[in-house]
Amino acid sequence: MAKARLKVPKKAKKGDIITVKSLISHPMETGQRKDKKGNKIPRKIINNVVCNYNGKKVLESNWAPAISANPYLAFNLRASESGTVEVIWTDDDGSKTTQSAKITVS
Amino acid sequence: MKARDHDGLSRRGFLAAAGGGAVLAATITIVPLDANADVASTKKAVAAITGGKETKSGRIKIKAPQIAENGRVVPLTMSVESPMTDSDYVKSLHVFVQNNPNPDVASFHFTPDCGAAHVSFRCRMGQTSPVIALAEMSDGTFYQTDVNVKVTIGGCGG
Repeated sequence: MAKARLKVPKKAKKGDIITVKSLISHPMETGQRKDKKGNKIPRKIINNVVCNYNGKKVLESNWAPAISANPYLAFNLRASESGTVEVIWTDDDGSKTTQSAKITVS
Repeated sequence: MKARDHDGLSRRGFLAAAGGGAVLAATITIVPLDANADVASTKKAVAAITGGKETKSGRIKIKAPQIAENGRVVPLTMSVESPMTDSDYVKSLHVFVQNNPNPDVASFHFTPDCGAAHVSFRCRMGQTSPVIALAEMSDGTFYQTDVNVKVTIGGCGG
C-alpha cells in the first residue's frame, strides 16, 4: 500500500489553530497519458481524502487528476482536546490508506 | 545566372509567404476556439456548483508562483477569510485550472472545527492559465478569485 506521512504538532494549547501536513506516495495517473504503443494508461488517482479528529470528520477533500503525483496536503485544525488526528486516503480502486498521529492539548 | 537567381528568390519568396500564411491561419482558427472552449467548460463547472448564483469577489487569497517552471508540480496555497464559527464558516472551496484538459482540480469541504479555511497542495498545469478559486459560505453566498500562472513546461502528459 501507498506510503503515507502525517505531521501534527505533539502539543498545543486549547483553542490554538494548528497546521496538519500530510504526504502520500502515489503516482496519480491521470488517464491521459499513453504508453509507447499508444495505448492509454488507465486513470488511477486518489479521489477522496478525509481527516478525522477523535473520530469526528473535520475536513473532506475530493481530488481530480490535476493533483500532482505524491500529493501533499496541508490544512488547519482547531485544537480542542487531546486525542488522535487521522487521515484516510481513498484510491480509485477503493483501497484506503490510513495514517494517524497523537496530539496532547493542554 | 541572373535568371536563376531571380528564380530562386521568387521561389523562396513564395515559400516564405505560403508558410507565413499557414501559420497565421493556424493561429487565427485554432487558438481562439480552444481558449473559448476552456472558458466555457470552466464556466460550466463553476455554474454546476453555484447553480447560476452570482459570485462576489474578495475574501479568498491565493498564493501561487507567477511563473511555474514545471507544470507537473505547481504549489498553491489558498485561504478564505472567515470567523469559522458554527453559524458563519466556509463550507467548501473549489479549485479550477481553466486551460487544463479538465478544469477540475480539487474540492475541499471544511467544518467549523478547522479553525481556518486554509489549504496548501500541489497541482498539475498543462499550460499557462488562470487558477480559479470558488468558495461557498455557510449562508449560501459564493466568492470567486483568480490568479494567472505562467507555465514553462506543461505537466499533463501527452
